[in-house]
Amino acid sequence: MTANGWFQILLFLFFVFLVTKPIGVFLTRVFNRDRTFLDPLLRPIERFLYRICGVDENREMRWTEYATAMLLFSLVSMVVLYGFERLQAYLPFNPQKFGAVNPTALAFNTAASFTTNTNWQNYSGETTMSYLTQMAGLAYHNFMSAAVGIVLAIAFIRGIARRQMQTIGNFWVDLVRCNLWVLLPACIIGALVLVSQGVVQNLKPYDSAKLVEPMQVQKTTADGKPMVDAQGKPVMDTVTTQTIAQGPVASQEIIKELGTNGGGFFNANSAHPFENPTPLSNFIELVLIFAIGGGLTYTLGRMTGSQRHGWSVWAAMAILFLVGVSVAYWAEARGNPLLAGTDQHTSAMQAGGNMEGKEVRFGIANTALWATVTTDASCGAINGWHDSFTPMGGLIPLANIMLSEVVFGGVGAGMYGMLIYIVLAVFIAGLMVGRTPEYLGKKIEAYDVKMAMLVVLVFPLVILSFAAISTVASFGTSSILNLGPHGLSEILYSFVSQAGNNGSAFAGLTTNTLWYNTAGAMTMLIGRFLMIIPMLAIAGNLAQKKYVPPSLGTFPVTTPLFTVLLIGVVLIVGALTFFPALSLGPILEHLLMAAGKTF
Amino acid sequence: MKKNLLISLWMTIATTIIFGLIYPLLVTGLAQLIFPHKANGQLIQKNGEIIGSTLIGQGFSSPGYFHSRPSAAGNGWDAANSAGSNLGPTNQKLIDRVKEDVLTAQADNPGTPVPIDLVTTSASGFDPHITPAAAEFQLARVAKARGTTIDQLRAVVAGHMSGRQLGFLGEPTVNVLELNLDLDQQFPMNKQARAQ
Repeated sequence: MTANGWFQILLFLFFVFLVTKPIGVFLTRVFNRDRTFLDPLLRPIERFLYRICGVDENREMRWTEYATAMLLFSLVSMVVLYGFERLQAYLPFNPQKFGAVNPTALAFNTAASFTTNTNWQNYSGETTMSYLTQMAGLAYHNFMSAAVGIVLAIAFIRGIARRQMQTIGNFWVDLVRCNLWVLLPACIIGALVLVSQGVVQNLKPYDSAKLVEPMQVQKTTADGKPMVDAQGKPVMDTVTTQTIAQGPVASQEIIKELGTNGGGFFNANSAHPFENPTPLSNFIELVLIFAIGGGLTYTLGRMTGSQRHGWSVWAAMAILFLVGVSVAYWAEARGNPLLAGTDQHTSAMQAGGNMEGKEVRFGIANTALWATVTTDASCGAINGWHDSFTPMGGLIPLANIMLSEVVFGGVGAGMYGMLIYIVLAVFIAGLMVGRTPEYLGKKIEAYDVKMAMLVVLVFPLVILSFAAISTVASFGTSSILNLGPHGLSEILYSFVSQAGNNGSAFAGLTTNTLWYNTAGAMTMLIGRFLMIIPMLAIAGNLAQKKYVPPSLGTFPVTTPLFTVLLIGVVLIVGALTFFPALSLGPILEHLLMAAGKTF
Repeated sequence: MKKNLLISLWMTIATTIIFGLIYPLLVTGLAQLIFPHKANGQLIQKNGEIIGSTLIGQGFSSPGYFHSRPSAAGNGWDAANSAGSNLGPTNQKLIDRVKEDVLTAQADNPGTPVPIDLVTTSASGFDPHITPAAAEFQLARVAKARGTTIDQLRAVVAGHMSGRQLGFLGEPTVNVLELNLDLDQQFPMNKQARAQ
């Protein structure tokens, strides 16, 4: 670990702090339908959209209608994405002449993945998807699924803030305003900034470069195995060209981070130099991942009239982030003791540490930081392969997702996930002092706590069930790349990531199979929508309650004590649920690695 | 329910046109106008032929070139097939592969520990960079093959070294492809050395 590494990490958190208030204020104005400086440009587009779609912008919805509209929109847009994938061979913007996305289970998995803001990828972008599918199918869902997440958080916050009201807003109005006011302007500017760093943005066919030095490589057979001749000697081939994949990358890269989507244009995601060419592009992308999640804590404070509460939630998130990044950075900087004859020390000449699956321009600090950020939020973009992290370094992303990604979190999803934990925290505080718990003037009663527990329980239930099946059935275990405890980590990570709508992977696991495609798609849909419905039920229930003025017995939610309690609840719920699984995976592997055991 | 379903249909069509087509095409137009070189991948041309990209690493094996990091992309440095090895830290395959690469690398500098980036696969599969330590490690071999002194060569390497961006972001790097192209200019290898 270096002083510069820590400086970069703290500077990152400082920038997140800087953008929290401006974004929070702007979000509040957008969703309160107040005037903003963008109105002259965007109001006509907004009104045009409502006219052609038949939306009455002044009509509000109860939580049930809000949920129905959200589900219908998700369903329709998911079917359209599936259509783009299957029909891309007949559609324009396909210079590489890619055929339909096959098999159908893969197309289904991908459609579910991008609709749920997961962006789990069982395909490799540059060998599968046409430019049209990337732009109008995948990047489109990066906008829509992010906006859906944000407006749900806003609906929940309205539920807390409103008194004796039946409605929590209009889904269509919230969706359109979020996309037009928040995401689109930021993406147009941000995409151009990324291009200035070297992120590509074009529609041309892949380039072919004549290699400076031709390479001798082993030929592969039709099924991808290394080719050998009758004597068992490798059959070699001379490669003289390098095909360089291109595409409209920057426009997708920017929303991928800002909307915490995470689905790479290319297989290597943000490790690919065309997605993330410089340390500056890396820094910008990192801040974008936390930007809206951070801003929403301010919006929470502003809309509920308790700004200090917003900051105490922010503080809880920042502390959990710092704990995670410290462990990940420490573990990766220590390196891998099993690699004899290598120099893994940090010096002025190199970052050292565990460099397998990492890029030199990012080194250890920025890769450990990215892995922590992308899993604190439900982003899932990567700039280094988590599967090749040291056991403790890999434990952090896994554990972060297990805590339901509430550390700034996925856009909106992190906020409403944290609000569920807050409901539990004030409930537990209420039990301790023997009073009916209250949260910002609303009594938290049996119905609210039941719904909150439903959200908390669905998550481990779906993960542990599917992971358990995968570890005993041959169709599950045959996909494992790394044997020993690491194999369990791979399976566990895949379902944790999909249930949490994260999308990063311990990518050694071969998941483009019928079982993993189908089970994964189910996991993602359950992890998204089965959590949203009870969450909206709480919101609707809170909105119609009377305001109860705070009294001496009210547990204050604006103090450091509350921050500590909230962190405690997040950690205890996560740890109690998943510790047994973690101890058989990364923790066991860590101990075995120290003992020199390999697999 | 029926009304919201109809809105869903129209909303999907309208927003697909705005966010799925107009937005990326607008950004493409602007990018091509303002940053044409960068938007097209910073390709390097020689005699009218594309010979690579500044951002995309290539494989080198002869002693007269600085070698890139090992690659797990396709058959190696396949820029249409980005990938890492995904080998876990306790995987025997990883340990064997590194051991073999260490032996090969140490032929140049017997007994010296090999800088870790030189024997580990990158995340993209075509990391354009190596660390300054990995460049320093290869100086003796390249100097011998090119018939120059180590100090002469070190000066050329220094010209291709980038410090941290803005002074504090990221890590110091050496761009391998640019460095090797420069070497071919400054200290051309004779045919014999090339064939080795």
